[in-house]
Amino acid sequence: MHAFDYARPGSLAEALALAGNGRQVLFLAGGTDVIIQLREGRRSCDLLVDLKHIPELTRITELPDGGLEIGAAAPLAEVYEHPQVRSSFPALVDAAGIIGGIAIQSRATLGGNLCNASPAADASPALMALSATLRIAGPAGERQLPVADFFLGPGRNALQPGEILVAIRIPALPPRAGAFYHRFIPRNEMDIAVASSGVYLALDGDGRIADARVALGAVAPTPILVPAAREALVGREPGIEAFEAAGEAARAAALPIDDMRGSAAQRRHLSRVLTVRALENALRRIRGGQPAGGSHQS
Amino acid sequence: MTTVEKPQYRVIGTRPIRPDGVEKVTGKALYGADVRLPGMVYGKILRSPYAHARILRIDTSEAEKAPGVLAVITHADLPVAADRVEELGESAVNVKEVSENILASSKVLYRGHAVAAVAATSPHLAEDALARIRVEYEPLPPVLDVLDAMREDAPLLDERRRTRTLMTGELSEKPSNVASYNRFQGGDVEAAFAEADVVVEREFRTKMVHQGYIEPQNATANWNADGTLTIWTSTQGAFAVRNLVAEVLKKPIAQVKVVPMEIGGGFGGKIPIYLDPVAALLSKKSGRPVKIVMSRTEVFEATGPTSGTVIRVKASARGDRLTAVQATLIYEAGAFPGSSVGAGSMTMLAPYDVPNFDIHAYDVVVNKPKTAAYRAPGAPAAAFAIESIIDELARHQKVDPLVFRKVNSARKGTKMVNGIAFPRIGHEECVEAALSSDHYRSPIEGPYRGRGVASGYWFNGGMQSSVLVAVNTDGSVNLIEGSTDIGGTRASLAMQLAETLGIPYEDIRPSVVDTDSIGHNDVTGGSRTTFATGMAVYEAGMAIRREMVARAAKLWGLPEDDVEYDAGIVRSKKDGRQFTFKEIAAQSARTGGPITGKASLVARGVGGAYGTHIVDVEVDPETGKVTILRYTAVQDVGTAIHPSYVEGQIQGGVVQGIGWALNEEYVFDDEGRMLNASFLDYRMPTALDVPMIDTILVEVPNPGHPYGVRGVGEVPIVPPLAAIANAIYDATGHRFTELPMSPTRIVQALNGLA
Amino acid sequence: MKRTRVQARINGEDRDFLCEPRQSLLEVLREELGLTGSKEGCNNGNCGACSIIMNGRLVNACCVLGVEAEGADITTIEGIARGDRLHPLQQAFLEEAALQCGICTPGFIVSARALLDREPDADEHRIRFWLSGNLCRCTGYDKIIRAVQRAATRLQEAQA
Repeated sequence: MHAFDYARPGSLAEALALAGNGRQVLFLAGGTDVIIQLREGRRSCDLLVDLKHIPELTRITELPDGGLEIGAAAPLAEVYEHPQVRSSFPALVDAAGIIGGIAIQSRATLGGNLCNASPAADASPALMALSATLRIAGPAGERQLPVADFFLGPGRNALQPGEILVAIRIPALPPRAGAFYHRFIPRNEMDIAVASSGVYLALDGDGRIADARVALGAVAPTPILVPAAREALVGREPGIEAFEAAGEAARAAALPIDDMRGSAAQRRHLSRVLTVRALENALRRIRGGQPAGGSHQS
Repeated sequence: MTTVEKPQYRVIGTRPIRPDGVEKVTGKALYGADVRLPGMVYGKILRSPYAHARILRIDTSEAEKAPGVLAVITHADLPVAADRVEELGESAVNVKEVSENILASSKVLYRGHAVAAVAATSPHLAEDALARIRVEYEPLPPVLDVLDAMREDAPLLDERRRTRTLMTGELSEKPSNVASYNRFQGGDVEAAFAEADVVVEREFRTKMVHQGYIEPQNATANWNADGTLTIWTSTQGAFAVRNLVAEVLKKPIAQVKVVPMEIGGGFGGKIPIYLDPVAALLSKKSGRPVKIVMSRTEVFEATGPTSGTVIRVKASARGDRLTAVQATLIYEAGAFPGSSVGAGSMTMLAPYDVPNFDIHAYDVVVNKPKTAAYRAPGAPAAAFAIESIIDELARHQKVDPLVFRKVNSARKGTKMVNGIAFPRIGHEECVEAALSSDHYRSPIEGPYRGRGVASGYWFNGGMQSSVLVAVNTDGSVNLIEGSTDIGGTRASLAMQLAETLGIPYEDIRPSVVDTDSIGHNDVTGGSRTTFATGMAVYEAGMAIRREMVARAAKLWGLPEDDVEYDAGIVRSKKDGRQFTFKEIAAQSARTGGPITGKASLVARGVGGAYGTHIVDVEVDPETGKVTILRYTAVQDVGTAIHPSYVEGQIQGGVVQGIGWALNEEYVFDDEGRMLNASFLDYRMPTALDVPMIDTILVEVPNPGHPYGVRGVGEVPIVPPLAAIANAIYDATGHRFTELPMSPTRIVQALNGLA
Repeated sequence: MKRTRVQARINGEDRDFLCEPRQSLLEVLREELGLTGSKEGCNNGNCGACSIIMNGRLVNACCVLGVEAEGADITTIEGIARGDRLHPLQQAFLEEAALQCGICTPGFIVSARALLDREPDADEHRIRFWLSGNLCRCTGYDKIIRAVQRAATRLQEAQA
């Protein structure tokens, strides 16, 4: 672990100035990834900029249209304890509540989980299913990016040098819509996803599927959306037949590898199983029921 | 439950609070890494990135000039070690190999093998300096699998190594990675197979796994001005550390003092030495006390896990009898010889009376860390194989698997594979208790749910113990011992002394002292401490009783034969006059001085232990995940001195077994790099992965111990691997012969995935 | 090496210390402040042996930098007992024999305290979930869970 300096800006402008000062800068939010990466020599920096004292990055704001803006450096525990997150976006509780243990969730952030750009990150498929967009600030001003476009490869994201992820915006769900996220891990907690699936379902007035999204984690170099799964769902009756078709599409879309956490064959298979189960649980949520085998935090 | 009438004890069998408890729940107890000394500096170790390579050159000159650096050492700083074997208790080691493992000289034999060390004023500066040491390697092809290592054309870890056949002592002509071969034979297996109703033959494989103690290895050393050496460390055996350090550094034993700090788990892994001589030499060179603490990655890569194994078994049954077993056990030793295959081959059949057997055992070196003892070393893998086979035989013969085990059970007089007859043992009682347990009598229902059972055996250890007991003038008692307390032995020893003396447990203060302060004690390992040090405590207590009788006789002017000691009271047999323990203690200055007792012994009369486990599982066929629904462990514990800590040993052993069965394994790449050297990816069970573990304590007192004690710590890890495999078979119809039975393996098998 | 001055409230006491940015809070607690009750088991947030409560939330001290503690209110295992009066969790761990080697015990007690502060009526499943970030290799967790349940009952009785 090389020596580095530490800065603690109190405003976004100050942080952006530090980010553009020519030194090798890394950002510190919850630190549960970056501190370990620095310690183990997987990353290095001259200056570590702590983002936790910038109001825009730490607050959770309810938007007028029923959506939500979550500061990129708000700890996960504050996210999943937030009443509106719990009532309107339980799929976010599904994801935020299983990243590490309680002690990790006190510190780790959605922004950190996204910026770390692990293909297995739990927040990514859940936020993709929820059509989240990202507020990114940089030297040239601010831009917005759909979360699905943020991931470029393992450990690589779309932030340009000097840019900071400020917040995650989640639009309100229409009526008769629901989402669900889960993953498969060998233990019951404290593991990295072998495969994961985040889904969104919206029904029309007749109870047919009006819209859907299926996002997968840990089965490709980045988390992926599965357009074919959407096609397999939209216009059909919600139920096992449609869900199996979507699961099959998810299986076909997965491009996994063998590694110490699981085999490629296992991950393709899990893409189907997890997607079918996630869709069943999203439907349960729409119908006001409790998901089966969901988060321990809900 | 007690199956044999046992004496009424006053203290034994109660559940008092352990003497070291308050210090440990308040964070005040000092473990090895908590040592802080004036002027102390920090050591770090440079380790090999290669699993197998020749060291061509080490250049430490830049590191020596780095900021804060006070000393740099390599193997060249170690004295030339003797090529001889030192007994450590649970294992024996060759001193030259210990020295090579501490700092490699000409060859590195596994990734993580130490090559140099630095002492600096902060741990960060020491780490910075490591990056400035230049090592030139010539990489060699690594040998990672025992079957590959046994091939004629395999690269050799050591060109001088020859296979020793243990029955004859002969050495092979050609060099080999097979360090030793052994064979146990009895009866005629081929004839039995020919006459059998059923013969089953399978190959089982287990992976290298780690003890997983939460506290990393550590050592702090001070090379004193007079040339003596003091070491503070967390170890299972301070005397083993002292003797080995003295041997490796070529110092008289008396000039090395080891101060045992509290120890954060060991399970066999904290018997060998790794850091102590390094810290000592860095201290000698820097003139400062030096502390070294391993990182978790170093613990995984460079301490002593237990062997991965390949075990082939062919076994037969006729009716409800187990008639023959033929087995070949091949265990990874790691970089140097000395796997646990010997114990594996001797424990494998110990629960049973098998008339015909033929067992072959191979100890094979590979380019992985040198294995160390791990809880009943060698036995779990062997039990996984034989207990899976027995399940299959019993099913084929349509005999209840517990009934099959009872019918074939070993008893007093049954001969082990080495020809030695068992004394009174309790396997049959364990199986009977399992058969009549609520768990076994409750049905298991539902799809993909199943039940499995298995038995296991561990020898337990005796070995050397030495204790001192001093009675104070207020009647309180100091118990001075040299056995590391890993899991409550201060309590179990103080309880035995209180029982012997007939005084309250609370009046006894046990202390684990340094190696200058008591005679030699072998390691806390082999489940020996409550048994063997307990026996020494009993003898020292009896010496105190005799002394008390003598003092009273003196005060009364009676012959000693006319005075008796009973439950803390000394009484005249003539007229009933009596003194309490405290009254005599108060008069010690007038009756001959301090009242002390001591005992030093090599404990004989070891009682082996058996366990029989029942487990219910549910398998998710779509994900391969196994949920442990219910677990009951039955064990013959001899006499439970402190039942809570006996239960705790069993529960802990079971959960380690669950981890081994389902998820734990070293994952290596083709170059011999461990890919999962962290607690994130080396998946030990969390609280959420296991249910409450029910225990049934069967007490068949060990006739070889004054209180009937049998060691309890090790046998509980022996049955779980097979019990869970048998339960998964019951749930899915698929027999898994390879560990871990991870979701990957199960989901692929159940869904026909590539 | 440049060292930063940090002020924090630790176990109810105002402390200040100097540390390098690369030093973890765990390293500062143990090596600079002598609070060695928080243990290092993995140094990457996977064992919970260094669990502390920081600003009301459970964290792993190994995953926090010392410099981040500026202005923080921190409770370590050394701050759980009141003088020589043990916290009900500590008492229950002793009575239930919920420790063997004891190295994980400080982390479990701090973690369980953070749970019971928030959820005094946590059930067995919830306790197991909350404590899943704390590894114990000795006990198999059985007696730890029972100890937390016993302490929870006592704390609730004391409230009633």
